[in-house]
Amino acid sequence: MSLETYKPGSYPNLPPPAGTVGVYGWLKNNLFSSVSNSLLTILSVILLYYLIDSIIGWFFFDAVFDADSKIECRKINDGACWAVITRRVGQFVYGFYPEAERWRIDLTFYTMFFAFAPLLYPDLPKRKWLLWFSGIYPIFAFILINGGFFGLPKIEYSLFGGFMLTVILGVSGIVCSLPIGILLALGRQSKLTVVRTLSVCFIEFMRGVPLITLLFVASSMLNYFMPPGTNFSILVRVIIMFTFFSAAYIAEVIRGGIQAIPKGQYEAADALGLNYWQTTRFITLPQALKISIPGIVNTFIGLYKDTTLVVVIGLLDPLGIGRAALADTKWNGLSTETYLFVALFFFVSCFAMSRYSLWLENKLNTENK
Amino acid sequence: MVIKKNTSSKPVIEIKEMHKWFGTFHVLKNISLGVNQGERIVICGPSGSGKSTLIRCINRLEVHQRGDIIVNDVELTGDLKNLEAIRSDVGMVFQSFNLFPHLTVLENCTLAPIWVKGLPKKDANELAMELLTRVKIPEQALKFPGQLSGGQQQRVAIARSLCMQPKIMLFDEPTSALDPEMIKEVLDTMIELAETGMTMLVVTHEMGFAKKVADSVIFMDEGEIIEQNDPKNFFNNPKNDRTKLFLSQILNH
Repeated sequence: MSLETYKPGSYPNLPPPAGTVGVYGWLKNNLFSSVSNSLLTILSVILLYYLIDSIIGWFFFDAVFDADSKIECRKINDGACWAVITRRVGQFVYGFYPEAERWRIDLTFYTMFFAFAPLLYPDLPKRKWLLWFSGIYPIFAFILINGGFFGLPKIEYSLFGGFMLTVILGVSGIVCSLPIGILLALGRQSKLTVVRTLSVCFIEFMRGVPLITLLFVASSMLNYFMPPGTNFSILVRVIIMFTFFSAAYIAEVIRGGIQAIPKGQYEAADALGLNYWQTTRFITLPQALKISIPGIVNTFIGLYKDTTLVVVIGLLDPLGIGRAALADTKWNGLSTETYLFVALFFFVSCFAMSRYSLWLENKLNTENK
Repeated sequence: MVIKKNTSSKPVIEIKEMHKWFGTFHVLKNISLGVNQGERIVICGPSGSGKSTLIRCINRLEVHQRGDIIVNDVELTGDLKNLEAIRSDVGMVFQSFNLFPHLTVLENCTLAPIWVKGLPKKDANELAMELLTRVKIPEQALKFPGQLSGGQQQRVAIARSLCMQPKIMLFDEPTSALDPEMIKEVLDTMIELAETGMTMLVVTHEMGFAKKVADSVIFMDEGEIIEQNDPKNFFNNPKNDRTKLFLSQILNH
């Protein structure tokens, strides 16, 4: 078929040849581009079918969701025995927090979303008002969880555990380590020798030591370093260690972002008469943080998962609770179910963080909107 | 077209026996230069001759080591107060535009007026729109720099500098990074600016611009001012051999 002839300068934009775009084009290009590729596609589909079929069977159709013990479970069906979770879900979520007071944890958890929403979504309506709530939220959360004020009974930290402990440690660590990390990154780039040296020492020390050592220090030694008369609870000490540890990593990630900013940006800011803090606030940090988002979220996810390490100093995080459940003779041997459940919880939280970071990167991309 | 000269004899920039080194490399040698109010000076010379460094010394993006630079009766020293005063009086346009990519065109223009000069946001927006209109891109105000063409970006950069209402404008090879068809729109903007009586120092190889606009053309080589003359004599009757060679290289192609 010959294409029509056009006068020079009047050639129209033609649609692409049939079968190169759209669903059909995609399938043809990606799954059935050659004989061997088509065979592989068909083989994979068959394999996936059998795999998924048996997995779904074990997870759902053959699974037992309520029973008194593992033996009961097995009598009913041969899939997963989720009874170990359903019977102990309270412990998995709240640790040994007294049952009558668990509403306080629920309230803290749900209101957390209102506190974070204005920070995470800059276009939120009424953002200014919600930001006030974000500001007082830490105090609000502390009073609710800890108690001892307004007639709320005080709850001992030793009773904290489960996912609640993970979220408390993870969220506090994340929230505190970002600003400290930013300051350390700026400090490391500072022209002031004292500030720079202190930042470098702190970062290198924290990065150079295994987190687990820091946790042992937190549990045994940290009070020696504190001024006399202060006695932080173990939970606060652990949060401090998590914060410092991930702040050091975040500082390095952000330093990478700062160094990626072209020199011309600072020259333009200087030429316009902006001073150091104005340049930092309006030019350096917005660009550096945007570049660093994947690295920062990476560090956050790492920190969040590292909270499981507190099990070595005797705090009952979800893994600790799981271990306790498995030690129970009724549930002995159900480690697959237990650990899968804990893994699922971590996966959901970390996947949410990862998705948010992609969304934010996309939103902040001003190049080709 | 010849732009009416409206220079006065009051020097706004005075450079006296100024030297600068990069490490041990002597980039600027014994520079003395006076620029009067409203004067338009074009600086040309081969690459590496120190012409960019010279104008970057005038707003202290580069620090000179010997001699004096006096801008608007303020001497350039390490004193931060002097520096602030000079930088809000001296605007600068860069070869690579250096717009802030995370801010809209309008925000690029209003940032410094709001935070350095303390202008209310509303006034800053009005001023910015007025200047964006002057550089003929008011309709791009809410876009991001990355969405504009090079010529448009450079015009935004000019508007951004003008928003600080400077008394002196420095241009560091403003058209060197542009595609040929965009050079004209930027030069036209600069010619219009010259017509308003702005004091301008322009590092450029656009000799057409120099002939049309400059009151005085400076030729630099190896860190020295080799020759300074009015455009007519500079182009028709260069005195120094190096100037002749340079002119023959850039004009005959």
